[in-house]
Amino acid sequence: MGDGGQGSAVTVADHASGIGAVGSLPVAAGDPLLDLLNGFIAELRAVGIPASLTENLDAMEAVKHIPVEDRDTFKYALAATLVKNQAHWKAFETVFEVYFSLRGAQYEITEDDLEDVTDADGEIAAEGDRGGSGDMLSPEELAEMLYRALMRGDAEMIRAAARQAVRRYAGMEPGRPVGGTYYLYRTLRNLDLEGVLERLMDVDQETEGDVDDFELRLRRDTYELRIAELKRQIEAEIRRRLVADRGVEAMAKTLRKPLPSDIDFMHASREEMASLRKAIYPLTRKLAARLVRKRRHGRSGPLDFRSTVRHSLSYGGVPVEPKFRHPRPHKPDIMVVADVSGSVAAFARFTLHLVYAISSQFSKVRSFVFIDGLDEVTQYFEGTDDIAEAVHRVNTEADVVWVDGHSDYGHALGVFWDNYGNDVGPRTTVLILGDARNNYHAPESWIVKALQEKARHLYWLNPEPRSYWDTGDSIVGEYAPHCDGVFEVRNLRQLEAFVDRLA
Amino acid sequence: MSHRFTDVDAVREGLSKVDYLCDSGLAGVVYLADRLDKPVLVEGPAGTGKTQLAKSVAEITGSRLIRLQCYEGLDEARALYEWNYKKQLLRIQTEREADVEWDNISTDIFSDEFLLTRPLLEAIRATDPIVLLIDEVDRVEVETEALLLEILSEYQVSIPELGTMEAVQVPLVFLTSNNTRELSEALKRRCLYLHIDYPSMEREKEIVLAKVPDITENLADQVARVVRSIRRLELKKPPSVSETLDWARTLVLLGVQHVDADVAAETINILLKYQSDITRAGKELATVEGLDA
Repeated sequence: MGDGGQGSAVTVADHASGIGAVGSLPVAAGDPLLDLLNGFIAELRAVGIPASLTENLDAMEAVKHIPVEDRDTFKYALAATLVKNQAHWKAFETVFEVYFSLRGAQYEITEDDLEDVTDADGEIAAEGDRGGSGDMLSPEELAEMLYRALMRGDAEMIRAAARQAVRRYAGMEPGRPVGGTYYLYRTLRNLDLEGVLERLMDVDQETEGDVDDFELRLRRDTYELRIAELKRQIEAEIRRRLVADRGVEAMAKTLRKPLPSDIDFMHASREEMASLRKAIYPLTRKLAARLVRKRRHGRSGPLDFRSTVRHSLSYGGVPVEPKFRHPRPHKPDIMVVADVSGSVAAFARFTLHLVYAISSQFSKVRSFVFIDGLDEVTQYFEGTDDIAEAVHRVNTEADVVWVDGHSDYGHALGVFWDNYGNDVGPRTTVLILGDARNNYHAPESWIVKALQEKARHLYWLNPEPRSYWDTGDSIVGEYAPHCDGVFEVRNLRQLEAFVDRLA
Repeated sequence: MSHRFTDVDAVREGLSKVDYLCDSGLAGVVYLADRLDKPVLVEGPAGTGKTQLAKSVAEITGSRLIRLQCYEGLDEARALYEWNYKKQLLRIQTEREADVEWDNISTDIFSDEFLLTRPLLEAIRATDPIVLLIDEVDRVEVETEALLLEILSEYQVSIPELGTMEAVQVPLVFLTSNNTRELSEALKRRCLYLHIDYPSMEREKEIVLAKVPDITENLADQVARVVRSIRRLELKKPPSVSETLDWARTLVLLGVQHVDADVAAETINILLKYQSDITRAGKELATVEGLDA
């Protein structure tokens, strides 16, 4: 869907003269706004948001009715026509800011701003002790301004403080080939937001001595949200300056944010982890609904010979009405054996979460986690409906270290085979999760072979990109011949597809 | 064709007059729906006012609201139209005595008189202004969604025996979805998409003030703040706006002036419906440390 490039869109539009909006396309081609919109939509597609031709036309129609100066409304209008999935909102917002950040009155880059960008060149060396040129604030003044803005929660003031902070601390230079995160880090490091938060809380306590913990907690939440808003403004400001410096197309590519379903488990930032956690709940709900439907509407079972013959008697022995058995889709027993060592822990967490969230689709789920030792964690999930909490307990309480806390698949599998091997039966599906980076220990791949022979299926899920397999100490290749399938599962999309297949 | 709204602000002001408080994004989408003659697909967590939006828009435009509640197993006969079999049968029996040609009867019994209109057809045939609300569209099966496609894109209904019925006036259509499943691309493509999330703290406070009589500004502010803090936790079911209102009403009835930890702990079961959520919120709110810095 998303791969239909701009070129094809135009050719189709030329032929489809029946649709009202298309007629106005050629005329509008020279309009700078529509040119911008074209690039914008191409970028949305590049990110992976499926914007179809009709939606494209709707967007062009929509912008005729909403003035671009009313930025918020304009943004929502574009989103309404182009983005039809809430999970894509974040990615859309980033692209929007890159493309339209220089539009709208209060966002205009002034001459003054541009001078600053160049000005910052000399400033980096003198960072910290400069009194400030023009309306540049001193660090103390800026800290005070920031503090007051956060205290009052005035959106305008927070925005102004963010702009000042970026001018003061980011040290942005034209043409410098570093990404936005570098500037963001520089700015935040200088602002010491943790300290500001403490100061805000302290002052509160001093001025009104008798506030209880509950009230304090509410206030802390308030301040935290304001600080989050400040960070967002700082990020936006940095983006705005980068775009002004390097142009829209170049920045769109650098700043591209993946959709939550495309975020790589192994390299997710803290913020991305949060959005993954948010995405997993609706995902499990949808998956469960889909699986229930699949069972209910599944085709009927095999021909029921006896019943067909019995019914044929009323037609004089002619089997007019074939009868089928009720489908009895088997619900698999699942045993999850997950590597939870550092690099792949996030992947194991999400998989456990997903499997337990749809555990009603399986007749039984047991789970085991290992690093170099192995521990059963099924009991954490039993009797609680809070899966996130259970997963958290797995991380903190399970006894998974045997010698040194480096992955040892051979030993962990050995423990599994000795203690639980007898529980693996012909109805069991075994899932092994891990990157098979064995730190050059013995692979003991015969265990996988033996398990596969006993179990109904044995699948291996590897969170590493396929091209990394069997490089360094990865020994997927040793185990792969004994598995019913080895899958690359790097993001929610792949995980969802696999679980769908499994149930 | 005349439009219902002159500009985005008119939508927002109109909505706020009937106590539906919204931001310019939402108003903008409603305005666009009117200008582009497109249906609006409204998604969002339960209890954020998706259905209420359609009702409020109907109220401010002076339109009649026609509502189609979706459920699993909804079919053509319930959504579009149905032939009145009993009446047809009666007609055939009375005609039998008169010895009329079959051709005449068959054209006769498939006429307007024997047609039972269901919500979708009714919305198309109405001559007065209409707001059509297709509620919880995610409850129907994917196959049934196809029923909606013709009416959503062309504003017409094809009846094999009668031909195509085109809309006398284009109704403003709202579809709501609780997002329990992914709607088909075909449906999404035909609609404008609007996601209604939980309101910001300030907005929620305004909503509480507008909807709960006799509440003090101070209490409304506290209610909004507590609810916002609770929504920040990772819960199974965060409190919806309607639950916030219930809670605020309860506090007013109880004569509470100031929400403290005890009051919150005693009445939190109005906001949260799962025991695990209640436990977690109780535990979290008792500590001063925030979730993150």
